[in-house]
Amino acid sequence: MSGFIGDNKYFAISQKDVEFHIPKGYPKPFYNFKNNKPSPSGFVLGRKLFYDPILSKDSSISCGFCHQRIAAFAHIDHALSHGINGLIGKRNVPPLENLVWDNSFMWDGRINHLEVQPLSPISNPLEMNETIESIIKKLQRNNEYAAMFKAAFNDSVVNSRNILRALAQFTGLMISDNSRYDKYMRGEDTLSASELKGLELFRDKCAQCHKEPLFTDNTFRNTALSMDSNLRDSGVAAINGQMKDFMKFKVPSLRNIEMTYPYMHDGRFRTLKQVLDHYTRKFTKESGADPILVKGIQLTEADKSNIIAFLKTLTDQTFLHDRRFADPSGHY
Amino acid sequence: MVKKIIHTILIIAALVAAMSFTAPHNSMFTIRFENYVGDKPLRLDSVFYKNALGQSYNVSMFKYYVGNFHLTNSNGQEVVSKGYFLINQEEKNSMQVTIDNIASGEYKAIRFTLGVDSIDNCSGAQSGALDPVNGMFWAWNSGYIFLKMEGISPLSKSTGKRLEFHIGGYKEPNNCIKIIKLELKHPIKQGENNILVIKADAGCLFSGSNPVDFSTLSSVTDFLNAKSMADNYSSMFSVIDK
Repeated sequence: MSGFIGDNKYFAISQKDVEFHIPKGYPKPFYNFKNNKPSPSGFVLGRKLFYDPILSKDSSISCGFCHQRIAAFAHIDHALSHGINGLIGKRNVPPLENLVWDNSFMWDGRINHLEVQPLSPISNPLEMNETIESIIKKLQRNNEYAAMFKAAFNDSVVNSRNILRALAQFTGLMISDNSRYDKYMRGEDTLSASELKGLELFRDKCAQCHKEPLFTDNTFRNTALSMDSNLRDSGVAAINGQMKDFMKFKVPSLRNIEMTYPYMHDGRFRTLKQVLDHYTRKFTKESGADPILVKGIQLTEADKSNIIAFLKTLTDQTFLHDRRFADPSGHY
Repeated sequence: MVKKIIHTILIIAALVAAMSFTAPHNSMFTIRFENYVGDKPLRLDSVFYKNALGQSYNVSMFKYYVGNFHLTNSNGQEVVSKGYFLINQEEKNSMQVTIDNIASGEYKAIRFTLGVDSIDNCSGAQSGALDPVNGMFWAWNSGYIFLKMEGISPLSKSTGKRLEFHIGGYKEPNNCIKIIKLELKHPIKQGENNILVIKADAGCLFSGSNPVDFSTLSSVTDFLNAKSMADNYSSMFSVIDK
């Protein structure tokens, strides 16, 4: 008898498990759960949906298929997303962490709200290739789901709003705030000499875009990557038609970066060293690169090692092993 | 058992009482949309019409969002009714909408949004008229389609000679939201079963300041090319004064 809340202590979700707190030093979130207060039953429903392949056309893949907990919900060691029938997508799967502080989603910011985000991979022919109408019908036929919607929402209805809100309760609570860096900042842990040197260099050379404490400034920038001739992905320009946004992609958070390899929007770099090597090349204004890169970032090989040592302090073992986000069906 | 029956009766009585109190009939105002092409009532599929360039086409789907109704009374005061309706030629029931919060009085002008205001494009999961199941939400690039017209033209270069116009977009410079203002020659009294009839001329989509040539434009399915057609549809409404 799976699916009964409380049948397994490890997967049981309490009221305390779904309470939302803004971690010390974090800004005000864009998504504040005001109209979607998390409850244990709503969270458990969101978790079940997240890990259920029923959301895809042929019931072969779930959200959790590409968004793996051990990789901060990125797809470890995969450059591009995967879809049904072995199809390969066009972008690197981003991690899911601290989403309530994002004011837009996807590498090009095309999605404007946490709750509507799942509609995109659901309907993408290279991902789940399904419609929300069809998902509603599949869920309505399922007694276990009917009971879970009843428990989670006052109106008890299996509709798009409740599906999306349950998912937002689950993904919105994926908060990473307990890395060694966080503990250091709170005075609970120390960093090594190399890590501290890396932090100092990071603040000088990288933090303008990768702003603490979320390690992104939520902007879109051209990082002087050449356009891949197969993917032909021009970034933000492809969705707004404006040449000034050619090859601009979202500045990603660096939290848990050690676990989310490979890197960049198309997963072209396998290691952090390769990323830093790229950023220390010389770029001309004509390349369209961000002014910060045109001005140039100078780093010695020792500097790079120290920065990488620091970046690894952003790995949040508490988050990566948080039982609340584990798959109770054991699929992934 | 007896207790249960009494209980049920009490609940029904309470419901009836609640209904008669919470739905004061006198705050409702009814508007009927009638879709046309030129001066002929719109017929789906069966009738071929001509655009401004004399090119033939038919219409298999015509639906659009209206909302945020503002009514001006004879003293010049404005009353507002929030919320959206999806007017769909295929569903007769959708053509007549009842807006609430309209005080009794005589009204001489109306203003409403054709489309969905920008804030409601960015408010997450919604239900009712704005539920994504209505096929009027771009999942891949968040935002509502404000108006959908599909049909066939012999001049279309698309597969199956299809016409497919999905118009939407709330961000500048591709903002397709239009505020429609209409004056009523004969003011309408709220209450008294009076209905305001608004004509929507689907043909305006292809005429106006940016005439559409079906041989060069048969499909618009994102906001990048929608603006010129939105400028066309901003003039499609008029009041049918009876």
